[in-house]
Amino acid sequence: MKYIDNLPSMDLMRSEKMMFAQLIIPVESAHRAISYLGELGLLQFRDLNDDKSPFQRTFVNQVKRCAEMSRKLRFFKDQIHKAGLMPSPHPVSQPDIELEELEIRLAEHEHELIEMNGNSEKLQQTYNELLEFKMVLQKAGDFLVPGESHSEETELDENVYTNNDYSDTVSLLEQEMQPGPSNQSGVKFISGIICKSKVLRFERMLFRATRGNMLFNQAPAGDRILDRASNEMVQKTVFVVFFSGEQARKKILKICEAFGANCYPIPEDTTKRRQITREVLSRLSELETTLDAGLHHRDAALTSIGFQLTKWMNMVRREKAIYDTLNMLNFDVTKKCLVGEGWCPVFAKTKIQEALQRATFDSNSQMGIIFHVMDSVEPPPTYFRTNHFTNAYQEIVDAYGVAKYQEANPAVYTIVTFPFLFAVMFGDWGHGICLLLGALILIAREKRLGSQKLGSFMEMLFGGRYVLLMMSLFSIYCGLIYNEFFSVPFHIFGTSAYKCRDATCSDARSVGLVKYRDTYPFGVDPSWRGSRSELPFLNSLKMKMSILFGVAQMNLGIVLSYFNARYFSSSLDIKYQFVPQMIFLNSLFGFQGRAYGILGTSDIYNDEEPDSARHPHESHNEEFNFSEVFVHQMIHSIEFVLGAVSNTASYLRLWALSLAHSELSTVFYEKVLLLAWGYDNFIIRLVGLAVFSFATAFILLMMETLSAFLHALRLHWVEFQNKFYSGDGYKFRPFSFASLTDDDD
Amino acid sequence: MYGFEALTFNIHGGYLEAIVRGYRSGLLTAADYNNLCQCETLDDIKMHLSATEYGPYLQNEPSPLHTTTIVEKCTLKLVDEYKHMLAQATEPLSTFLEYITYGHMIDNVVLIVTGTLHERDVQELLEKCHPLGMFDSIATLAVAQNMRELYRLVLVDTPLAPYFSECITSEDLDDMNIEIMRNTLYKAYLEDFYRFCQKLGGATAEIMSDLLAFEADRRAVNITINSIGTELTRDDRRKLYSNFGLLYPYGHEELAVCEDIDQVRAAMEKYPPYQSIFSKLSYGESQMLDKAFYEEEVKRLCLAFEQQFHYGVFFAYMRLREQEIRNLMWISECVAQNQKSRVHDSVVFIF
Repeated sequence: MKYIDNLPSMDLMRSEKMMFAQLIIPVESAHRAISYLGELGLLQFRDLNDDKSPFQRTFVNQVKRCAEMSRKLRFFKDQIHKAGLMPSPHPVSQPDIELEELEIRLAEHEHELIEMNGNSEKLQQTYNELLEFKMVLQKAGDFLVPGESHSEETELDENVYTNNDYSDTVSLLEQEMQPGPSNQSGVKFISGIICKSKVLRFERMLFRATRGNMLFNQAPAGDRILDRASNEMVQKTVFVVFFSGEQARKKILKICEAFGANCYPIPEDTTKRRQITREVLSRLSELETTLDAGLHHRDAALTSIGFQLTKWMNMVRREKAIYDTLNMLNFDVTKKCLVGEGWCPVFAKTKIQEALQRATFDSNSQMGIIFHVMDSVEPPPTYFRTNHFTNAYQEIVDAYGVAKYQEANPAVYTIVTFPFLFAVMFGDWGHGICLLLGALILIAREKRLGSQKLGSFMEMLFGGRYVLLMMSLFSIYCGLIYNEFFSVPFHIFGTSAYKCRDATCSDARSVGLVKYRDTYPFGVDPSWRGSRSELPFLNSLKMKMSILFGVAQMNLGIVLSYFNARYFSSSLDIKYQFVPQMIFLNSLFGFQGRAYGILGTSDIYNDEEPDSARHPHESHNEEFNFSEVFVHQMIHSIEFVLGAVSNTASYLRLWALSLAHSELSTVFYEKVLLLAWGYDNFIIRLVGLAVFSFATAFILLMMETLSAFLHALRLHWVEFQNKFYSGDGYKFRPFSFASLTDDDD
Repeated sequence: MYGFEALTFNIHGGYLEAIVRGYRSGLLTAADYNNLCQCETLDDIKMHLSATEYGPYLQNEPSPLHTTTIVEKCTLKLVDEYKHMLAQATEPLSTFLEYITYGHMIDNVVLIVTGTLHERDVQELLEKCHPLGMFDSIATLAVAQNMRELYRLVLVDTPLAPYFSECITSEDLDDMNIEIMRNTLYKAYLEDFYRFCQKLGGATAEIMSDLLAFEADRRAVNITINSIGTELTRDDRRKLYSNFGLLYPYGHEELAVCEDIDQVRAAMEKYPPYQSIFSKLSYGESQMLDKAFYEEEVKRLCLAFEQQFHYGVFFAYMRLREQEIRNLMWISECVAQNQKSRVHDSVVFIF
């Protein structure tokens, strides 16, 4: 026992010792103190104003101002994005500015931008209208022009055109219309432009409204034009409607309005039209230069904002976080100090005190900040100090449940057992090398990948890069033991211990080989490959091995429960939980071993049913009168008894998955690659190679990795951790600037 | 096949049912309403809402806010959710979802036509329309002079066309006519929706017939109360009642001859489900009737979520969200006009 107590402490084994502290901060240094604490990032504040809604808190106005500023910043970002500029990632170093100053500057910038946008919008609109007018003039003019030329001829010879069907109608109408839209015959026209997508419905509606007494001509406008409603570039169509009557005119105008069609009057007179076209064109070119100048000006303004945008955003985000934290604090009775409570790790005490002193000094406060440790009713948070390597393993454990405060942390063992159990299922050193290369690439690019945003899948892969590394190393190791390289055995550690009975080797597959020298030094003898007894031998090996691993890991779990009980000095748990569990599991395992010896090849599942009833678990619950404790312990005991059997059986998945993996890779190797190589045809070989490599990459390297990963995960979460891990703690979430992510992206 | 939806429902409806139940859990809770009712300014409301699912819709709104902005943005969220569901839906769920919007379509048609009658600007009217009830040529409604034109020009292209068969007259449009048109359309719509749900069968038919019957009965009561003292004849009034629901047919006979609110009350109290609603009101009072009906409706809509494998949840969700938006509008109005004492008058808590 002494020996155990004197072992060096493992960092990751127990979560950091925490303490509950109270801070009494004078108002004048509060902001600075909180900001220094945020930089330090080792104190988790408790919300003392839980009962208050967000707008009843003390610093609600500051929070609102920050929200308003970040809204403005988002607006700038949006504008910069729309203008096609990139906010510069490396902010130009500028002197730090105060929040108040920033607020004013942001308001100025926003005002300026909105004004510029408004101006350019107005110009853009005029420009659009002119552009549309130009198109209407050009296209609609085409409808009118042939009419004119025809009309002169019609006067000479009216019969010529009466037989023409379509163009005739146009010309006749044009002819009638010649003297002007308000002539006695009453045929008038309206010309305009409309979105291409609406033309069909527009025409139908016109037809219905005028009961067919109209003529609709259309021509696609050449360029795309900005649509006012949707702010997108759309295809538009120029139309001319001919109709008669004042009623119809009103209706058509209303319909035009309803469909968002812009009507432009055009004179029928060609010379007038040419004159107007010229005017429009000259105004267009004028406007274009003005617009360009405006755009240039705006881009310049946006670029200058873009230089500082990232910095400003960070600043506002920090300020908001500070005020959010300040809102968690209470005023004391004198209203001169803010009182805060929170958790921090014991080791951070001096650092926090230093930061607080610095804050007092920097803000020239008369009063120092009081920091003292208190007792707390609620359980402390769990905090593990992890590094790049251990982080992913801790994540695996945390995904199941965050450890109770100071409880034994399974992540310590998971670092080795997880990749190892994975590799038992994924044992192939060829595949292992492929995984290793992948992991190495991820690790080599760690710096670059860590700073950029990745997709959800890549993020996962990158986060687990060290898990992947260990998994690949272990699969190379297990692959060497299984002696499989893409399912092919190699004579790496010397020659096989077996040889053929005679030189012809004809009966090797039917009768077998003879052993002529010492056992193969490491792993499975390559001669087992393809032999008659290969499967029975490997099955027996892997099955027994997985049970052994399982029992060993479960024993480790129970031993950890002993350490937990010792740590929390609960001798009851040792006497009545750890000891009986140990005895039960190992006697059950002993029985299984014996049964296996007698029954030989019988399936392990069959042995277990009578077994569970034969070992009455030493029930220790009678001494408790509390029915709740009794029921709880009862359930616990039953669960353990059943679990001992089913969990042991559960470890057989190691065998099953490993068998499946090796069989699958054998199939791909023999039935695809070797089959294709049997032909003396380049194309067949190429196809065979392609199919083999795709199958290896997608089925074996991706799907199988995933399934082996999930099974290893399950073995850890369920079979290992349920022996000792309660996992009902909560994580330590310190107030830290580093953890502020840009959530608005 | 009643009772066997569990076998096949999830093939097409499972995903969307999960989605809609997720949306439903985002509805504001009583705690939210309590906090909202304590707000002093519209900015406070925005701040509170930014912690709810409305957050992303309101976060880019500059202060000072207006009630209309809040309502608009909240409605936008509903519309986005609806569009998402509609895009994911397959038959017959997509038709079911479309049916939900027809009510808004009728309201929009009436709004535009009434507005044009009183010579309002069409653009202004369009902004007031509910976005769920928009259709392509809605702006063209302004062109029509009478019902026949209305139908022939515009509505023939919309899903409302079949409902119009009863009200095609050449009469000019006036307020009375439009109101009758609205109710006739609504009657035809509710009956059609009811038939459609019956055709779907199973739990959908069971739950939707209950919800729609309640809707029909509520409309019948409202028509009666609103038509007391107008020149609408008894027979005309009788014609506006939907031909299903708890009140059909005997309750309708009684409602048709009612001359004042107490007679309506007497007629309604014969029906146990409505007795509780009327028992909350004092005699001769009709202002609080709307709220009482809304409360009853919300209760029924919430119950629709208790059963699985039916389309009623979509209808219920849309209605609950609309109620929530009405609540938000009322709260914001009260806050904006400094009438906080009246804030509880019209808010219907959903949970």
